[in-house]
Amino acid sequence: MHAEFDEAIENAELPVKTKGQLRTYLNGRDITEEQFITILERVIKEYMNTRIEACEAVGIIAAQSIGEPGTQMTMRTFHYAGVAEINVTLGLPRLIEIMDARKEPSTPTMTIYLQEEYSNDRDRAREVSWQIEAAPLHEFGDIVIDMENMQIVVQLNTQVCDKRKISVAEITEIAPRKIRDRRHYRDFDHEVEEKNAIMLFMPKDRESYQNLFQLAEHVRNVIVQGIDDIERVVVRKESGEYILYTEGSNLKDVFEVEGVDTTRTRTNNISESSQVLGIEAARNAIIHEALSTLSEQGILVDVRHIMLVADMMCMEGEVKQIGRHGIAGEKESVLSRAAFEVTVNHLLDAAVANEVDELSGVTENVIVGQPIQLGTGDVKLIAKPLN
Amino acid sequence: MPSPKRIGKIEFGLLSPKEIRTMSVRKIIWADTYDDDGFPYPQGLMDLNLGVIDPGLRCKTCDQKASECPGHFGHIELAKPVIHVGYTRLIRKLLRVTCRSCSRLLLSPEEIQKVVGTEDDLTGDVLSEKDIKKERLCPHCGEQQLKINFEKPTTFSEIFVDDGKKIEHKLTPADIRARMEKIPDEDLRHLGINPEVARPEWTILTVLPVPPVTMRPSIILENGQRSEDDLTHKLVDIIRINQRFKENQDAGAPQLIIEDLWELLQYHVTTYLDNEVAGCPPARHRSGRPLKTLSQRLKGKDGRFRGSLSGKRVNFSARTVISPDPNLSVIEVGIPLAVANEMTIPVQANPFNIEELKQMVRYGPFRASLSQPCGANYVIRPDKRRIRLAEGNLETVVEMLEPGWTVERQIRDGDIVLFNRQPSLHRMSIMAHRVKVMDGRTFRLNPAVCPPYNADFDGDEMNLHIPQTEEARAEAAILVAVEENILSPRFGGPIIGGIHDHVSGIFMLTNQLKWHTKEEALYLLKNIEVEHLPKPGEEKGGVNLWSNKQVFSTVLPKELNMVFRASSCQNCETCKREMCERDAYVRIIDGILESGTIDKKAIGAFDGQIVNRIIRQYGMKRAAEFIDDITHLSIRAIMLYGFSFGIDDEDLSKTEYGQIDEVLTNAVNDVQRRIKIYEDGQLEAMPGRTPEETLEMQIMQVLGKARDRTGEIAGRHLGLGNSAVVMAVSGARGSMLNLTQMAGCVGQQSVRGERIMRGYDDRTLPHYKKGDRGSDAHGFITHSYKSGLNPTEFFFHAIGGREGLVDTAVRTSQSGYLQRRMINALQDLKVAYDGTVRTTGGRIIQFCYGEDGTDPMKSSFGDPVDVKGIVESILKEEV
Repeated sequence: MHAEFDEAIENAELPVKTKGQLRTYLNGRDITEEQFITILERVIKEYMNTRIEACEAVGIIAAQSIGEPGTQMTMRTFHYAGVAEINVTLGLPRLIEIMDARKEPSTPTMTIYLQEEYSNDRDRAREVSWQIEAAPLHEFGDIVIDMENMQIVVQLNTQVCDKRKISVAEITEIAPRKIRDRRHYRDFDHEVEEKNAIMLFMPKDRESYQNLFQLAEHVRNVIVQGIDDIERVVVRKESGEYILYTEGSNLKDVFEVEGVDTTRTRTNNISESSQVLGIEAARNAIIHEALSTLSEQGILVDVRHIMLVADMMCMEGEVKQIGRHGIAGEKESVLSRAAFEVTVNHLLDAAVANEVDELSGVTENVIVGQPIQLGTGDVKLIAKPLN
Repeated sequence: MPSPKRIGKIEFGLLSPKEIRTMSVRKIIWADTYDDDGFPYPQGLMDLNLGVIDPGLRCKTCDQKASECPGHFGHIELAKPVIHVGYTRLIRKLLRVTCRSCSRLLLSPEEIQKVVGTEDDLTGDVLSEKDIKKERLCPHCGEQQLKINFEKPTTFSEIFVDDGKKIEHKLTPADIRARMEKIPDEDLRHLGINPEVARPEWTILTVLPVPPVTMRPSIILENGQRSEDDLTHKLVDIIRINQRFKENQDAGAPQLIIEDLWELLQYHVTTYLDNEVAGCPPARHRSGRPLKTLSQRLKGKDGRFRGSLSGKRVNFSARTVISPDPNLSVIEVGIPLAVANEMTIPVQANPFNIEELKQMVRYGPFRASLSQPCGANYVIRPDKRRIRLAEGNLETVVEMLEPGWTVERQIRDGDIVLFNRQPSLHRMSIMAHRVKVMDGRTFRLNPAVCPPYNADFDGDEMNLHIPQTEEARAEAAILVAVEENILSPRFGGPIIGGIHDHVSGIFMLTNQLKWHTKEEALYLLKNIEVEHLPKPGEEKGGVNLWSNKQVFSTVLPKELNMVFRASSCQNCETCKREMCERDAYVRIIDGILESGTIDKKAIGAFDGQIVNRIIRQYGMKRAAEFIDDITHLSIRAIMLYGFSFGIDDEDLSKTEYGQIDEVLTNAVNDVQRRIKIYEDGQLEAMPGRTPEETLEMQIMQVLGKARDRTGEIAGRHLGLGNSAVVMAVSGARGSMLNLTQMAGCVGQQSVRGERIMRGYDDRTLPHYKKGDRGSDAHGFITHSYKSGLNPTEFFFHAIGGREGLVDTAVRTSQSGYLQRRMINALQDLKVAYDGTVRTTGGRIIQFCYGEDGTDPMKSSFGDPVDVKGIVESILKEEV
């Protein structure tokens, strides 16, 4: 392509994306200057034409654009998204979940990207996954209940420990501590024979078999490696690199694991994103989650609509629900709130607090029978007739 | 015309007893309504001072007739104060945060400041119950505070501890009111109460306002009996108890009786305000139906707010069944004459149109056939009096008619009307069409506008509204018109376009290369305005022939250039372009279809590539014309070629049936083999799954593959000569899967994505052995719809089908609620003149709409500019 063409594109008042598209379509083509000028003119003209018009009721359009295809979505709660082993809520229930700003999604999952050194090597990726996947003690050796001596014998398998990159000393230190801290079970003593890789657990109450079995249950299931909330990790190769998919989510702890690319790793738990990374991350998470839920169902929705919803939800600095306990319930207008839900309470409370409805929104003006302040109702300019 | 008054704001507050008495026009003391002559009792609930509902009477307060008098409030003096149920929580809070003897806040000024902050500091909070420690001493008078108990619905009590025993002491509303009265204004402000409009003692009622009769009209039944409104019934109860209470009080009745009556009065006032209070049996009508009292009138979907204020009923509307008419334009709507004769548009008479209007008045309301011009139904005099036009008065009215009068004329062809189908899920659910008065009794519309309305013709009804003012008609024509709404703001693509037969027809017309004689070409183009046929593409034996692509090209705009792939494209690894054996490579150069098949991708709703390009290059109007042309052309095409589908179109040959049988037997055997492996415990489970789950997944996979194989076998036999294949390939309707199920094998029926497991113990039906895991025992249907299902298969099919029905029912309600919530949350947002997105109150949500200020509707599937389209149309080659 001619350098002057390139410069003309660069200087045109167009968004970066459009400039890029122009370059890719024109590159390597034999075009005359005349053709180039007409193309550029047409592009600029169309760009000017596609500007949004003032007074457009963009909120209503966004709500309709997301709500209308809702009837076409499936209700099937579970679906195997790419990874056969991991369940994810999809379709309408997931969309409702996002808009509800639930503290915890019904199926929390994470997509963990790895740093370059790890992402190209299956074994190294696997190593990272071991640091993340919650592994109970029974995966590291045999656990035998010795009823004669009222004790539980854990014979650790050093091969497994080596494979999983965890030392016997670490396990023997973590296991009893976690039983006490995480599982809140304290009525036991323990001994360690490190050179034989054997651990012994004795209940304090030496008379009760019930306690012994209870303790055994705790010993068996105590998480000695990985992050407690993450029940399962699946390693998959996607577009040339290894990616970890998890069941369960704990963004903060995963970020501290070595080898995790913290810039790309994400969770589907929006409120967790908000707490760990901040409100802008939550906004992006809402957009990403809503968009992928919709496109998974084959529904085309412009990002701008979803952005607007996300911005509205995140406006106050924390993720607000779409509905009674969030945006709709905290509106300034009494009439608008009363017309939405819990009518009577809003009216009674408004009276005591001496609230004033300024009649600026849509519902309020519909109620009192006035033109609404949107679209053609918002135009205050009136033409004076020529005399 | 003076500009209409605007309501600037609405302030909310409590009514004080004084205000209630001032606004009252009459003190009500009698529980009776009408005397024996049917005349209202003075000072009764239907007192003539409260307004009138009988047409003959005049209001004693304002001297107006029933239609003009808005009604006036009265009042009842309550014998003793009672609590307003809606404010019990506020009362509880106030009792708990104020001193029981001096009624001041139980916090020292310093403590208050800690929560509320200094006066000019706006960050402070209002005080809540939690800010006060329980049972402390009053910092002002040193009084020991007691625990306040609240029992639903309206009982308050204090708890003493005497000799280690807890003694409950009931607080009467009068006691509570006395405490409230003493709370200083200053303290109330800290609690978020404005004492100027809402003193807390006003929440304990001493006077009860009696609403005007106009809001509780009595109705007269057929037998001449009066039936009173629920509110009147409730007020009668209140007055009756109130009277008895007063009498007992005056007579010096024992405390016990007084207390009982007090409680009864409280109950009646409570249910009068809200008849659904927890812990309070609802007051019932004699028939046993719970009464609809004040709260119930406001609440819920059909309540005052959502039912009467946010949504209103209108005149000048019509509703009837819809049916298709492919000969109409997409911008038109066919209206039955019977409807058109009832619906009117007001036209102001002026010197220029008076003769025309006089003619309309002369015709009167009788338009008997389509060929007659429209008449008029009413005439409105300058003093707003309406004259109904009837047989006798036409000529007299014509005489009187002069500029300044208004004539309500019947609608006629070309008028603009709004057309709507519920549920109105997006803005394209209401569009403005041009009227076409027609015979018959249904609204007619071009099937191409079905997608935006989501309409079909299985009995759907639609609504029609006639805009009554010039402004409304201008908005309808400029903003709401069908041609302005071809693009969906959801994704920036066309939502109006060919459906079903339009797609099949245009596919059959344009697929491969065919040659037509002049007669055929003209037959196809009959409904399209084409002045000249193009030069014949071929001459054979002295006969001029036109190719199908030439015929199609006549409807394309002359300078259109585009290249794309049709929906029949198989996405081959290397595209053969013009040599494609499916003719899926569409190339349009200078408005001539050079190669390719036109189908759903080109003209269909939602996809419509050509429609999309025409809108961007030539505008919405040209696109609407193109859609008209294309639908007319394709309907002619489908009539020329003929298109039908019958049971024998699902027939396959013996070889195919043999192959299908073999595939299915193999699959069933394979399933048996896997079950055997599982039962022997040899099955290796997938990571994270139990062996059983693994087996189920394998079985589903095997059977799914088997069904697809039968589809392939059937598909091999059925080519483009089969109508169902044409529909599936062109994208008109259905898919190869539907065909598979009809001709090959219906396949696995599922519930929640798994094989059917429910039924009896360890089996789905008594036809099978317990624990049978075989394919047929869990809903695999080996037959096709054509061959017919056996009884067990039929039953499983019904199970699978039911799930779909339940799913749809649940989904509609859930997505409807989601949409209502989203609309409510976002409805006040608009783009301001500076390009920011703001609420109508002025708060900024986005600094630039959508980060780039692009209108999603005008965008090209999200991109600000359709660069590819522009480059293609200028370079005339694929880019």
